[in-house]
Amino acid sequence: MTRNASLRLAPYLFTVGFFILWEIACRVLKISNFVLPPPSAVWGAMVQFHMPLLKNAMHTLWMTTAGFGLSVVFGVVLGLIVGSSRFLYAGLNPLLVGFNSIPKVAVVPILVIWFGVGWLPPVLTAFVISFFPIVVNMATGLATIEPETEDVMKALGASRLDIMTKVGIPRSLPYLFGALKVSITLAYVGSVIGEQNASNLGIGNLITRASADFNVPLIFAALIVLAILGVFLVVIVDLIEARTTKWARRSQMSNA
Amino acid sequence: MSYFVDVQGVTHVYGGGDGTPAVADLTVRVKQGEFAAIVGPSGCGKSTMMKLATGLQFPKDGSVIVDGAQVAAPLKITGMAFQNPVMLPWRTVLDNLLLPLEIVEPHRSRFRRHKHEYMARAENLLRSVGLAGMGEKYPWQLSGGMQQRASLCRSLIHEPKLLMLDEPFGALDSFTREELWCVVRDLHAERGFTVILVTHDLREAAFLADRIFCMSSRPGRIIAERVVDLPRPRDLDVTYTHVFADIVQDLRHQIKAARVAA
Repeated sequence: MTRNASLRLAPYLFTVGFFILWEIACRVLKISNFVLPPPSAVWGAMVQFHMPLLKNAMHTLWMTTAGFGLSVVFGVVLGLIVGSSRFLYAGLNPLLVGFNSIPKVAVVPILVIWFGVGWLPPVLTAFVISFFPIVVNMATGLATIEPETEDVMKALGASRLDIMTKVGIPRSLPYLFGALKVSITLAYVGSVIGEQNASNLGIGNLITRASADFNVPLIFAALIVLAILGVFLVVIVDLIEARTTKWARRSQMSNA
Repeated sequence: MSYFVDVQGVTHVYGGGDGTPAVADLTVRVKQGEFAAIVGPSGCGKSTMMKLATGLQFPKDGSVIVDGAQVAAPLKITGMAFQNPVMLPWRTVLDNLLLPLEIVEPHRSRFRRHKHEYMARAENLLRSVGLAGMGEKYPWQLSGGMQQRASLCRSLIHEPKLLMLDEPFGALDSFTREELWCVVRDLHAERGFTVILVTHDLREAAFLADRIFCMSSRPGRIIAERVVDLPRPRDLDVTYTHVFADIVQDLRHQIKAARVAA
């Protein structure tokens, strides 16, 4: 087998291997379904509850995408503002770090008081939990423009807006995509927390109800559905990244 | 006699405070079409001089006049190239060259409609520095010397009257460096713009320049000025003649004497 082919197969091999090990461990150690169900039992639950899983998964996907979308727009705009001015950077940095240090679970009750139970708390939780990395990375990309590049641009009479659009934004795209991959998984965490506490729908709500029924295989089935959704969105971000920031991956291209 | 670049008694302190000045009582005068070189030890304020002459910094004292007018804002009639080629990695070489045209008027407003004309101009320029057909490549696919050639092209694309070179060959091996000397020599002969070259290589200064200014270490000021009257066009062989060696040695002595005195 060539090195290339084994590289391409590696993700599948490791994923399948993980589930096989899990199954073997459960059987050999005779772990009760109630503590850690084996993949076969989880699969059983997935088949049995496929309709509610599917329906709630779609809901969660929707909540997450909405929250994530908000945080991309807000994060990029705020990142551009923070990164373009040292005054704003100095002023806003402690506020942002402080805000990010608040556990977002603690924010959900406030959201419930403000908006009641429904779709808004999960979307907003997903949003508040996931915008920070985007702001920071966007601002870093802008703040680290090489001084020579700036001199070349300024000597030509470029305005701040010119420098931002021609240099700042393109060069922060690789930073942004790095942040998006972190953010999207955070957004899932946010929407599920929101659903667990303040929604009648979604995977988070399904997990709450399954745990009330002590239906452990269903909880695990829901967790695996979440993992699949997470991988799905990261893959989409990866694809967009590969198309727009090819230049940042020159080492791999020169090897190809 | 009026000068194209007339830096008179300039003192500059970064940050505008009362700290050590980067340059003090600096006077540099360059005629239209002249090739001037500024040599000196590192950290002597050579780059500060460049920033003052292009309007990126403004002096605390003294006056900076370029092309008959006091410098009050970044000058669009200048092109700049640095030791680091600072090409934008997400743009092809050709698009990097076109960047100044997307910013400087009057090209900026005509850019979309006349893109083909500008692309032809860029390709011409690439050909003249030996980079024909490289426009579609990305900068990081080129060698250091080729990137520096492309960077020269970018500094010339908007046909500046004044070319500022800040140690543009400092990071190159000696063969590539000498090749690029010839490229710059030919471009200057062909287009007749004024050049200010900042360098610490005395041979480079003597080979390329009509007039050489020696700067002292910080705070920088001019301690010697010397005209190089070797006939043009100069061939690289001239660098191995006695006359040339004498010029270089003389420059070296002057800089050394100034360092001892300081």
